[in-house]
Amino acid sequence: MLRYALKRLLSLLLSLAVASLVIFLVVEVAPGDPASFMLGVNAQADTVAALRAELGLDQGQVARYLSWVTGMLGGDFGTSYTYRTPVAEMIADRLWVSLPLAVYALALSTLIAFPAGIYAAARRGRGGDMAVMGATQLGVAVPNFWFAMMLVLIFAINLRWFGAGGFPGWEAGIGAGLHALTLPAIALALPQAAILTRVMRSALLDILGEDFMRSARAKGLSRRQALWRHGLRNALIPVLTIIGLQFSFLLAGAIIIEQVFYLPGLGRLVFQAISARDLIVVESVVMLLVFAVITVNFLVDLAYALVDPRLRSRT
Amino acid sequence: MTLLDITNLSLKIGGLSVLRDVSLTVDPGEVVAVTGESGSGKSMTALAVMQLLPERARTKGYVTLEGTQLLEQSEAQMCAIRGRSVGMVFQEPMTALNPLKTIGEQVMETILIHQAMPRAEAEVRTCEVLERVGLPQDRFPLSRYPHELSGGQRQRVVIAMAIALRPRLLIADEPTTALDVTTQAQILELLKDLVQEYGMGLLIITHDLAVVADLADRIVVMRHGEVVETGQTQWLLRNMRHPYTRMLFAASNHQVTLPDTPAQHPLLEVRGAVRDYKTPRESLFGKPGRYRAVNNVSFTLHRGERLGLVGESGCGKSTLTRAILGLEPLQEGEIRLAGTAVTPDLKSAIRQKMQVVFQDPYGSFNPRHRVARLVSEPFHLLDDAPTGSARADLIAETLTAVGLEPEDGQKYIHQFSGGQRQRIAIARALITRPELIIFDEAVSALDVSVRARILDLMAELCSAYDLSYLFISHDLSVVRTITDRCLVMQRGEIVEQGATEEIFANPRHPYTQQLIAAAPVLPEIPEQNAHSQQA
Repeated sequence: MLRYALKRLLSLLLSLAVASLVIFLVVEVAPGDPASFMLGVNAQADTVAALRAELGLDQGQVARYLSWVTGMLGGDFGTSYTYRTPVAEMIADRLWVSLPLAVYALALSTLIAFPAGIYAAARRGRGGDMAVMGATQLGVAVPNFWFAMMLVLIFAINLRWFGAGGFPGWEAGIGAGLHALTLPAIALALPQAAILTRVMRSALLDILGEDFMRSARAKGLSRRQALWRHGLRNALIPVLTIIGLQFSFLLAGAIIIEQVFYLPGLGRLVFQAISARDLIVVESVVMLLVFAVITVNFLVDLAYALVDPRLRSRT
Repeated sequence: MTLLDITNLSLKIGGLSVLRDVSLTVDPGEVVAVTGESGSGKSMTALAVMQLLPERARTKGYVTLEGTQLLEQSEAQMCAIRGRSVGMVFQEPMTALNPLKTIGEQVMETILIHQAMPRAEAEVRTCEVLERVGLPQDRFPLSRYPHELSGGQRQRVVIAMAIALRPRLLIADEPTTALDVTTQAQILELLKDLVQEYGMGLLIITHDLAVVADLADRIVVMRHGEVVETGQTQWLLRNMRHPYTRMLFAASNHQVTLPDTPAQHPLLEVRGAVRDYKTPRESLFGKPGRYRAVNNVSFTLHRGERLGLVGESGCGKSTLTRAILGLEPLQEGEIRLAGTAVTPDLKSAIRQKMQVVFQDPYGSFNPRHRVARLVSEPFHLLDDAPTGSARADLIAETLTAVGLEPEDGQKYIHQFSGGQRQRIAIARALITRPELIIFDEAVSALDVSVRARILDLMAELCSAYDLSYLFISHDLSVVRTITDRCLVMQRGEIVEQGATEEIFANPRHPYTQQLIAAAPVLPEIPEQNAHSQQA
């Protein structure tokens, strides 16, 4: 088990190194010079040159890559070209919205999907299954911003249970913060839950057809006992994969939802930074997201090993 | 008193009638074997006793276990009966155990689910049961996972699960079909001992008549969902009233006559072949280990010769086959086909001289292509592949040669039975007139009657096309009739080779002797029965 974890960790570090290089190169070759963009089209050539020197853009690419990477390792992500504030601070502020939102949404989606998937699998082909599958079809098809608008219409404008948008900050208290994130989390969670339900159901149905489920029934387990004791853990493996993918998506992919609810999250930050050619912010946010995705994958790999003894023994 | 009494059991799934008026009985301490070919309903009969039938199944008739009408029990009542009064062992030990739970947990579950005893006692009983089925605690502690055990050991765990509460009746559905002959012999011995020791009734389902004849007190022969004949084993073997029973026994022991082998010209030469696999690293930065799957194998297959290769699973047969086909490189030694070295970068002109027929007639065809296209697949190896009417003629001729109609070329593969598919596979191998055909367990998945006809076909083709082939199989009785010479492989090495008849009649190597002794044999069938049928 330890060796398995070490191996996965090694591959995590390698992936991060490769990713940082790729991100740096891609952002470098993208057209548009931040200095001339910041100063406008009428700027003097020597003013642009002075700003380039100040931003460190006149250094060679290798030097800039190294200083970027070593800076990040020390927690220094550089200074935003547009806002002239440390990138680390900007990201940290936004992360405190995006991370809780992603976790909240994922928790909701899992809480919906597990019971719904198990229910549908246990009643395969009957009314309950068809109802669940119909609902998931809808959930997959309808875009989350439409859900978001409906939620605002119903719960914010008509019922007035929640605010229509904005985020008071965690200083206002955990309760207030969670309250503000509830509608966005639901809007994000519903389509994810629909996908996860389908994965859970089909994983369970695959397992229900396995020989060892028949062995379990031959021992005297009821259908339900066999499902819970032998089916669920085996079905977890594909489900974990999807949960890992969904978390990465929720962290970065919430731009539209952040826009609808006017939340100061990472998605909006990166969107603004791209429009402003704030390369250093773009690089850092993308690097952070890559870090998150790779870390989540690492955790999913560890979770596999916890679920499946065959992985534990195979080094 | 009768333990299990099945009377006029009928079963329909959807509109399809699967069982019709099946009646049989099992007494305590008695071994009753249900036999028949696939689709005969033997497994469904077993599942009907367990009431583990597919959801849409409808049953009629009586299944009585010690006076209890099983068909009238509620699902909850059946749960109390399964595992406690009736245990069941299945065919596929590799998948019959939950891969995520230890063998201890899984055996103990039978005891705990029926609340037969407190947990501490259940653990002691679990150890005893595992010990009894031949898995002693010092080598197989309760904390072992299924993937750490071999197929035979897993089947022992499955048996332990089934007998943990000493049920009155044990049902075994093809319990040894997936196992090697030596393992099969051990598992059958174990089942026989358990029946005696516990006084259980054993209902064993098997297609293998040699097993049946060896083990059973009574035989029930089924066909198309009906019982065609039943009787005490010795009596039934002597009398065999029903033509189907006679056909079944004759087909199991089917003999073919091969044409004489021509003068010896080497076709396939294997010299000192070694195939190593890398095993996982011992430490993070250590060197990967090596596993020698094929060790210094040498043999020659002559033109027109039919050579057999036998050995148990894991002995290296498949690895050797892949090397001969030029799919994997050798680490040492060489393989030459008609004088040309065989390597993974083999020219297609050479590759075309070798074709292969695989075991699984269901998995080895693309379901979306018509048979004509499937059969003509090897043409892509030819630079001057026939086109137009020449191509169509050749396809038609080859299909006819394997006993199909030329029109069959327009059909899709799902329209054919397993035996017909294997004929198509042979046609595909034959169409380029290869010098060598490799039959890799090519008849192992077939019913005995179908197998007999495919063996006949092979013998015919030997005369018509002067075939040379390498016939790889774990089934000794088939190898004995369909090959001239034979290689016996164990742990990557050829331990014995020689004329097939000579090896079977007079095995010299201890491993060969062990294999032949372990293989169950059909009793002699009285003469008047043997020839009165057509396979």
